[in-house]
Amino acid sequence: MSGGVDSSTAAYLLKKQGYNVIGVTMQIWQEESECRMQAEGGCCGISAVEDARRVARVLDIPYYVMNFRDVFQKKVIDYFVREYLDGRTPNPCIACNRYVKWESLLQRSLEIGADYIATGHYARIRHLENGRFAIANSATAAKDQTYALYGLTQEQLAHTLMPVGDYTKPEIRAIAEEAGLPVAHKHDSQEICFVPDGDYASFIERETGRKLPSGNFVTREGKILGKHRGIIHYTVGQRRGLDLPMGERVFVTEIRPDTNEVVIGKGADVYADTLKANHLTFMGIPDLPLGEAQHFLAKIRYNHRGTGCTVRRTGEDEITCIFDEPVRAVTPGQAIVYYRDGYVAGGGIIQ
Amino acid sequence: MIYLDNAATTRTAPEVVSEMLPYFSELYGNPSSIYGIAQESKAAIDKARESIAHVIGSRTDEIYFTSCGSESDNWALKAAFEAYGDKGKHIITTKIEHPAIRNTCEYLERERGAEITWLDVDSEGRVDPAAVERAIRPDTILISVMTANNEIGTIEPVREIGEIARAHHVLFHTDAVQAFGQIPLNVDELHVDMLSASGHKFNGPKGVGFLYIRRDVKIRSFLHGGAQEHNRRAGTENVPGIVGIGAAARRAETYLGDKIKKEIGLRNYLIHQIRANVPNVKLNGPDPEAPVQTHQSQNVQHQNAFQGQFVNQEQSVYKEGSLHQDEDIQKHCALTSDLGNRLPNNVNFSFEFVEGESLLIMLDMRQICASSGSACSSGSLSPSHVLKAIGLSDSLAHGALRMTLSEENTKEELDTVVLAIRDIVRRLRGMSPKYEAYLSGNEQAETEAVYSETAAE
Repeated sequence: MSGGVDSSTAAYLLKKQGYNVIGVTMQIWQEESECRMQAEGGCCGISAVEDARRVARVLDIPYYVMNFRDVFQKKVIDYFVREYLDGRTPNPCIACNRYVKWESLLQRSLEIGADYIATGHYARIRHLENGRFAIANSATAAKDQTYALYGLTQEQLAHTLMPVGDYTKPEIRAIAEEAGLPVAHKHDSQEICFVPDGDYASFIERETGRKLPSGNFVTREGKILGKHRGIIHYTVGQRRGLDLPMGERVFVTEIRPDTNEVVIGKGADVYADTLKANHLTFMGIPDLPLGEAQHFLAKIRYNHRGTGCTVRRTGEDEITCIFDEPVRAVTPGQAIVYYRDGYVAGGGIIQ
Repeated sequence: MIYLDNAATTRTAPEVVSEMLPYFSELYGNPSSIYGIAQESKAAIDKARESIAHVIGSRTDEIYFTSCGSESDNWALKAAFEAYGDKGKHIITTKIEHPAIRNTCEYLERERGAEITWLDVDSEGRVDPAAVERAIRPDTILISVMTANNEIGTIEPVREIGEIARAHHVLFHTDAVQAFGQIPLNVDELHVDMLSASGHKFNGPKGVGFLYIRRDVKIRSFLHGGAQEHNRRAGTENVPGIVGIGAAARRAETYLGDKIKKEIGLRNYLIHQIRANVPNVKLNGPDPEAPVQTHQSQNVQHQNAFQGQFVNQEQSVYKEGSLHQDEDIQKHCALTSDLGNRLPNNVNFSFEFVEGESLLIMLDMRQICASSGSACSSGSLSPSHVLKAIGLSDSLAHGALRMTLSEENTKEELDTVVLAIRDIVRRLRGMSPKYEAYLSGNEQAETEAVYSETAAE
């Protein structure tokens, strides 16, 4: 329970359905001293704990705070920092879901005698004809909540409930209000929770304890265009904040950590029609045999609407995706998630 | 419900509550006023002050009431730092202090230019008085060492440290929040200049504490305002609270000998039963069951003799329903060293391959109240700095469970608790990949030390 309206209402709905519900808030990154200073917002601050506790009180369910700071540091923050230093753009929510929420929290929950963990995601878990579990977007969701969940295993999905997936956000707010939950009007959380100000570069510098050197903006051909502020300030496809007087719109098309260069290109250069991915996982389909290709709808970032794509297994841990039409800003470190009939079939990390 | 978290807080004793009640709606006068009911309030405060002074052997005008133990600690440290600024900025403390001391020292270090020496402790949590002496510099203005640790119950060699501080003309403060009302304390015998305590830790109410300040200490006021508490702590007095802490102090003084005796019996029983029923455990803090070792001081032999007496008397101890004075103990307990070096009510175990958090939750589901370390505002758990300071690995520190008894606990309750722990630990280990690895002989290093310790018994 993040203290937000979705997980609070999830608890309420499950209780109403007759489940024996235990509320849990994960303490994952904030130190207590910082907690007290952060008045509101975010998903894991002290106000989140206080709100969640109040909701649990209203629902009359047991409530606990569980500490996952160590695993969060190792699996999410360290990974986040490492990826940026390698010139890639990570998605920490994916890592958090896979290793913290659905590994450590699930393990802890099963330990204390629970059968399922439930979340406030606007998504549904479908039991497919082939016997597999897969996450499907709730038809009415304004925002996609399936992308960051693509890495869950069958075992994890078998122990997961997403009770708000059957409703729209306004419906959930109405239910929360009717139930007298004190968080019905709370704002949605935004951004990456451990970088509430959105300044990733400063966060990484604080974490690593060093300032990253500036380097050159270059063209693909190697022509030096100017100085950049350090590669962690940039992501593929970025246009703003480059400060390059080029007389036309230019974009980051590549980050080269080895030479500390940021490659700049024009509009057309940001589009690509193919990519390779590894760290493969499968959800709705059991596997994709080597050499075989199938057609899916694929998303290459959280807010991507999806593009038709032929996915071919080209290695033990590699797929090669060819898009029906070029896609903008293929970004190493982000996930490609491919869908069939609205459910997640599988995914991997873009190389 | 079985309540084993008396270090977090205690039940306010009914007789304490009855003494407090008139000071809410009947005798509600402001003690600073001149009329009759105001004088009643004033007199009640004086009585409370006398009661506390009597317990620690101080003068009454050396007792200052505060809102809590943390305020007392903050006051002692910050005000001493200001008052003795001419002499220097160096403070000596330990790595196992309560956050009220630790964070205040860190504040003084960060914001006010203090230099802090954080002394190590041994594997039982004991500070070496010789290390205190070595740390003293010409510009040392304050030594602050807790009387007894809140997590693992270690009683620190406060008297030795006090003597050293006195010899070097350095001010000595002790955070006695966990010790006051639990073990005998005398400020002259211990040579302390300042001592903090909190009402709700010894069956008094929450929201009231005190700071003892020796008469010749130049400490300044902390809360500025009216002339209350000899001009040193402004704010209209919390009369019912002060009445409560005074009543609780009297009660603690009266029953101390019996309380200690009974708690030591229960504590040793609990320690023994856990070791007998749960494999792969480590007792954190001083071990009352440990055989006397030749290199240890005479004090320790005393301690074992003293505690052995209680272990032998176990049966009779449990049968005793009422608390009464025990002259012998009253006399001997004047010396803290006779108690051994562990608080009578503290038990702290690490369970290998178990997440303390899960254990606590499952105990709560069985209506057993315990703790993993110090309670914190968010109710979450950080790896304990105390357990780290005594050399525990992160995983053992995470597997720690603190149970702090009261004289109201019964042997039957402890039997229930031991069975619950045994079952829960068995279940949690059954689900732990680390335990599986350990069983198949793949787990090394970290666990070996602990296992050999338990196996040696």
